Amino acid sequence: MLKQTEGSRAVAETVAYCRPEVIAAYPISPQTHIVEELSRLVKSGALKPCEYVNVESEFAAMSMCIGASAAGARAYTATASQGLLYMVEALYNASGLGLPIVMTVANRAIGAPINIWNDHSDSMSQRDSGWIQLYARDNQEAADLHPQAFKLAEELSLPVMVCMDGFVLTHAWERIEVPEQAQVDAFLPPYEPRQVLDPNEPVSIGAMVGPEAFTEVRYLAHAKQMQALDAIPRIAGEFRQVFGRDSGGLLHPYRCEFADTIVVALGSVFGTVCDVVDEMRDRGVRIGALAITSFRPFPLDAVRTVLGGARQVVVLERALAVGVGGIVSANVRTALSGIHLDGHTVIAGLGGRPITKESLHRLFDDAVAGRLEQLTFLDLNTELVERELARMAQTRRSGPSAENILRDVGSNR
Amino acid sequence: MSAAPQVRFYQVGSFAAGNRLLGPELQSDQADPARANALTCGHRACQGCGEALGARYILDAAQRAAGGKVIAVNATGCLEVFSTPYPETSWQLPWLHSLFGNAPAVAAGVAAALRAKGRTDIRVVGQGGDGGTVDIGLGCLSGMFERNDDILYVCYDNEAYMNTGVQRSGATPPAARTATTQAVGEEPGAPFGQGKNLPLIAMAHEIPYVATATVAGLRDLEAKVHRAMGIRGARYLHVLVPCPLGWGTASHDTVRIARLAEQTGLFPVFEAVDGEVTDVTPIRRRVPVEEYLRPQKRYAHLFKPEVRADVIAHLQRTADRNIARFGLLAEEAVP
Repeated sequence: MLKQTEGSRAVAETVAYCRPEVIAAYPISPQTHIVEELSRLVKSGALKPCEYVNVESEFAAMSMCIGASAAGARAYTATASQGLLYMVEALYNASGLGLPIVMTVANRAIGAPINIWNDHSDSMSQRDSGWIQLYARDNQEAADLHPQAFKLAEELSLPVMVCMDGFVLTHAWERIEVPEQAQVDAFLPPYEPRQVLDPNEPVSIGAMVGPEAFTEVRYLAHAKQMQALDAIPRIAGEFRQVFGRDSGGLLHPYRCEFADTIVVALGSVFGTVCDVVDEMRDRGVRIGALAITSFRPFPLDAVRTVLGGARQVVVLERALAVGVGGIVSANVRTALSGIHLDGHTVIAGLGGRPITKESLHRLFDDAVAGRLEQLTFLDLNTELVERELARMAQTRRSGPSAENILRDVGSNR
Repeated sequence: MSAAPQVRFYQVGSFAAGNRLLGPELQSDQADPARANALTCGHRACQGCGEALGARYILDAAQRAAGGKVIAVNATGCLEVFSTPYPETSWQLPWLHSLFGNAPAVAAGVAAALRAKGRTDIRVVGQGGDGGTVDIGLGCLSGMFERNDDILYVCYDNEAYMNTGVQRSGATPPAARTATTQAVGEEPGAPFGQGKNLPLIAMAHEIPYVATATVAGLRDLEAKVHRAMGIRGARYLHVLVPCPLGWGTASHDTVRIARLAEQTGLFPVFEAVDGEVTDVTPIRRRVPVEEYLRPQKRYAHLFKPEVRADVIAHLQRTADRNIARFGLLAEEAVP
């Protein structure tokens, strides 16, 4: 049903239509509206049977999903930022045990300094956790990705993270086609677990595995996740058949034909990027954009196909790999191995800083003119950071006291 | 259910636990030829492991009480490691291990799934050592208590992190030597502090049932499991399980040492319902703490090079306080 609603609410309603049987809830901004709405839906009887459990931490939330999923229930939770980090140990466990848990991540920065606004630092930190990661471009896709995520998770027996930008999407009110129960039921069959804790057929799940078999277990985890590269587009196709719209998939190229420059981005910034691409195309600039929906598994071949003919690629990163630069860029480079083209990493929108069309125009103009450096921090206040770097160079620092004394007397360079 | 291996019986006709010559109402679960045999022999626990003994009795009793329908959730620790080295398992019941600190929450997830599916017949037992329970898992355990999740949680207390090589836990008693509370310095062993008494912490949550037990009282242990399984909601069982390796005791002494812990008053055995103590196991032959400490190498530094009467007296005061606090002394007790 098309309605004017909030992103979180559309996601919560869609999740409810997926009929989760256990929901573990712990509040953290900007995810709270999702579990609040689910609390109402369960309490009012709109979603049943479902156990909605308020837990004492994100670590417990993911742990509860592990237990529920192993016992054969469809399990769901949502989190963000520090909460995601607090559940990290259980995240790796959920994927290692092959449990098809679905979790919404309302993307948010990680402190210190504490910051509640949007970037992708949280989910990017979990890129190697064994979870499938899907990034929504808008609220329509955020809602639509959830039935697809459950289907994908349960087909492959792997957990799936649906990432949607905090506040920018979660708290935005817009026209969203919220799926209906009958549609979701037609698309997503009831969950049949691969293996379940059952007194009639006892199994031991979570045994200790030594060096003689651990590599094989990890290999199989990798092989299984690679199967998602086929499953994701197929499930997106099935979704289109039932719902009549394009959502999900591995990636979304936009005006990439005959493009010299292609901008790669994940999440909600893609809409702004497309607007700028349109305006630059009107000026005759051969530029295109590529949204990556499936960050894990990373669609190396599909990315290579789209980007291979370009002259240069600009990767817009919403997180920073401290000490090297870009996280997505490294994956894009892997996809392009053997192909010579200029690659640029742009760190943008950290901690909720708006990414404006004006800034993107300037950035892409620089790229097209060959003025873009390899690593750029978009809209960096250079005056401030230089002043601070200079101040830091002047102040006493921790370390051998002799060095400070020598510097104070001016003989240490 | 897969066919359980035939249980072998070594004892007939004694008055020991498991006597098959007694009437059925007095027989222990272990005496039952059709017992669940939840934890089979052939696992890799050390000789004389109190935890293996306790786990077998507890899960067999839980299965009997629940008509065989029990799911066990295990924290990381000795019990998990010695029972499931891939590709083997000693568990004859559905069993799930996730992490060190999350067994109560995982168990709560299992219970929630069963509730959602309307399976009120299947019961959940969570279990872990004192490290997983008293320290790293305490937050999850408290959450499980607070929500009154329908789970029996069992803590196998061997008073240190035995799986990683005998390091101090929040349940390590003062003066005990561990790899991280060495028997050196002016006050060797674990420092005297406030202690962390988890049965009392559990009682403060006013959950329906809290009990302590030791592997010296196996009939009592079985009875408590049966009582706990007759109750819905959060239940907590704290079992003292001596560790021959960590405590430096003889493998054949596990039960005797556990009994001494009871008889000294250092480990009070009691039951509590809704936060109030309702029953205690009285001490019939009171024993000075020294008798308990002396056979254990973890307390060897209290006896040589010189006898640390001050420390022993301090521990005696702890035992005396427990005896007074819980009213442990039987009227006919030998002082």
